[in-house]
Amino acid sequence: MTTTSALYDSLVKIIGKDFVSGHKEERYFYARDGGVMPPHEPDFVVMPKTPAEVQEIVKLANKDRIPIVPVGAGLALTGLVIPQRGGIVLDMKRMDRILEVNKKARYVVVEAGVTQGALKSYLQKHHPQLRHSIPDAPPVATIVANAVIHGQGRLSQQHGFNSDMVSGLEVVLPTGELCCIGSCSVSSYWFSKGAPLPDLSGLFLGWFGTTGIITKLGLKLYPCKKMREVMLFLTDKAELVSDIMLRLSHTEMIEDVVVSAQPLPLRFRGTFWIMTYITGDSDEELEFKRKMVWDALWEYFENRDVGFLSVSPDMKAPLMSMPSKDTSRFADVAKGGGFQYAGPITPVEKFPAFMRKLEEVAAKYNVFYASTTRLIGPGHCMMFSFSFSFNRANADEMARAKRALDECSKFALEEGGVLWKADIDEQRLLMDKMDPNTLALMKKIRQLLDPNGIMNPGNWEVR
Amino acid sequence: MQKYVSQIHRCFRCGYCKFPTDYSSFNCPSYRRFRFDSYSTGGRLWLIYAWLKGEIEWSEHFAEILYACTTCKNCTEQCPMKFAPDIVDWIVGARSDMVEKGKIPPRVARFFEAVNSYGNPFKQLRSARAAWASSTKRYAPGDEYLLYIGCLGSYDENGAKMARSLVDILNASGVSFGILGKEEECCGNEIYMLGETGLFQSLADKNNRQFKELGVSKVITLCPHGYHTMKNLYPASGGNFKVYHYTQILSDLIKRHKIRPARAKAKVTYHDPCFLGRYNNVYEEPRQILQSIPGIELVEMERSRKDAFCCGGGSGNFVTDLLAGSADSPARIRAREAYEIGADTLAVACPSCLTMLTDAVKSENLDDKLVVKDVSRILKELLPAR
Repeated sequence: MTTTSALYDSLVKIIGKDFVSGHKEERYFYARDGGVMPPHEPDFVVMPKTPAEVQEIVKLANKDRIPIVPVGAGLALTGLVIPQRGGIVLDMKRMDRILEVNKKARYVVVEAGVTQGALKSYLQKHHPQLRHSIPDAPPVATIVANAVIHGQGRLSQQHGFNSDMVSGLEVVLPTGELCCIGSCSVSSYWFSKGAPLPDLSGLFLGWFGTTGIITKLGLKLYPCKKMREVMLFLTDKAELVSDIMLRLSHTEMIEDVVVSAQPLPLRFRGTFWIMTYITGDSDEELEFKRKMVWDALWEYFENRDVGFLSVSPDMKAPLMSMPSKDTSRFADVAKGGGFQYAGPITPVEKFPAFMRKLEEVAAKYNVFYASTTRLIGPGHCMMFSFSFSFNRANADEMARAKRALDECSKFALEEGGVLWKADIDEQRLLMDKMDPNTLALMKKIRQLLDPNGIMNPGNWEVR
Repeated sequence: MQKYVSQIHRCFRCGYCKFPTDYSSFNCPSYRRFRFDSYSTGGRLWLIYAWLKGEIEWSEHFAEILYACTTCKNCTEQCPMKFAPDIVDWIVGARSDMVEKGKIPPRVARFFEAVNSYGNPFKQLRSARAAWASSTKRYAPGDEYLLYIGCLGSYDENGAKMARSLVDILNASGVSFGILGKEEECCGNEIYMLGETGLFQSLADKNNRQFKELGVSKVITLCPHGYHTMKNLYPASGGNFKVYHYTQILSDLIKRHKIRPARAKAKVTYHDPCFLGRYNNVYEEPRQILQSIPGIELVEMERSRKDAFCCGGGSGNFVTDLLAGSADSPARIRAREAYEIGADTLAVACPSCLTMLTDAVKSENLDDKLVVKDVSRILKELLPAR
């Protein structure tokens, strides 16, 4: 067994003393995230720069069975990178190079620490005709972490989860080998994460770092139209929202559909804001799409069930921004720096039931709520967020928020939804409900890849 | 300032504070230098809150994290929350508590001791404060302006060159001004930012009293740090005079054709000092001066104006140097940035930036490719010899 001091020396030998910390301050910060899950401190925080350094650290950890947790920006909010058993946290943000943009095959290859903000900025500057699916998370969220949690973004209505847009991986396995996944395993091109080969990316995406550490990721890029527009529709009838979303996606003309609901300010109460984004390379294209959207909802306009809200310039700016700073601002609604949401992935038809549950739970636990719903794929499912903000200085309020989240998650599961970026309690709920053979397969995969159980232990742990 | 105790938990650690507006790179100097999240504004605020709650003990490492902040105000520009304007006050408030408890990094303690005993952070004799000035006229009632030089201009080799250039231009333009010479006191801006509020108050009171006794109604400062503190902090202690940064005066002189620089040949980029730019929105005047010089091509670095990347010298770091010792030190990154856009001259308007970036250019071995000069020296070299 390696002593703490010997482990420190070994880590310093691998990446240098500037990027290894056993100080209480770093251990405190990396022990928690902005959500409600209880903290747990790592023994060391390290910041590797190269895949070779990651390999050396993993081999060291594997030899002595030391837990190891890769971290992006820690913004999942569900405690997925809280080191439940201590050990070594790998902050990946020093691996920050954008390695390649293939314009003709429309993909980018990034290192594990590249942020959403950095990629957005890079593409705007060097490849303005290309874009990626930017999530609503703050710009410091990393591309890799977002894919690992099956995040969604601005292009998810058209192309599915952001993880569906992955086009290749480079992974350090829990036993230290460096492994390429997808077309990059047989070619210099990173255009496919699987097909026509067996799709091994599924061994790593959605596993929250429990099966390996992604060091590089290929991501599909999409045409970036010259113009972008938001159309804002309002309705006070929750039961119509599902159909509205389906009608909009039926046009196959829209970029993104997001439905927002919140009780404050008062002008928002009881109203669902349906933000519909369209893009075009010309006024004519935009006008055509505008008309298609309008036609799709015409019946509802005539019945006065849905209204159109003209967007003033000061309203439009935050609606158009990517990412939206308003998402972070929700954390300060309770003037307390806390915000977490349960975001089940669920059939679109569940919108009214989920909305009723959100209001009921918020009232029951006396917590401030909001909800943002995003259509994923053309009607295949949606992410519905049960969002609660709380005051971090108020332990009782945090506990109430946690109970509210737990109740919403249980409800979503009972209604046929699947919990997104589930915290460890929610993972247990999911695994309790999961088909036993599926669960056994998960266990076999983990045991095969990570025989010593060092990778982000506590998460996806099959009993 | 003390309201931070009841507010600081409001930071969500969303990380916007790390970026410039376009998210292209990391713009928080201490985060960029050390890369652990604990060195970002969000990290710092969470650690201060933990300290207040007793979840972490004071340590030298914690104090260094707190004092590695240059109070450059990038976080205030980028934070999406309503409390954004208060962030620097929160940092200063926490430092003030540390000072009261006597728990500060030794380098910061030495900074305070030097200013308290010598009137400057360099432990130089008070009598040597005007050594740079030779025959520069002392301020006398009736002079239009008091030219306030500050500690760096008085004692630092680069700062002194800057002071002499400015004095020569003002003399050549017929401006009515005088200096305080060895009677000048430290402005206290760094002392304030480092949290020694008692010493700051004493310095502010001394300066306000002296200015009042001399009948000073207009002050020109060489340094943006002095400009900020005299303009924004002194009035609360009775300061009642107008304050100008020297670039505002020179820009005006050029507009009124009191200065006519000769033709130059240079590709110049301008580095915005935090205390002139983000703190006081003075972005145009230094650029107007440079643009008025025939033959100068002014090019902008990717991060400029409110997105300018701090040189790392603020909050006394030009002396305490808590961000030094690496190719990732902010000044070295900034020097590379200037070189990479093809500039041959990096123009500054702050003696702290001047000394930080001059050292950085040497460390980067760019001495023969990039010269760091302050705006007044660039201008002075293009005026006819008298």
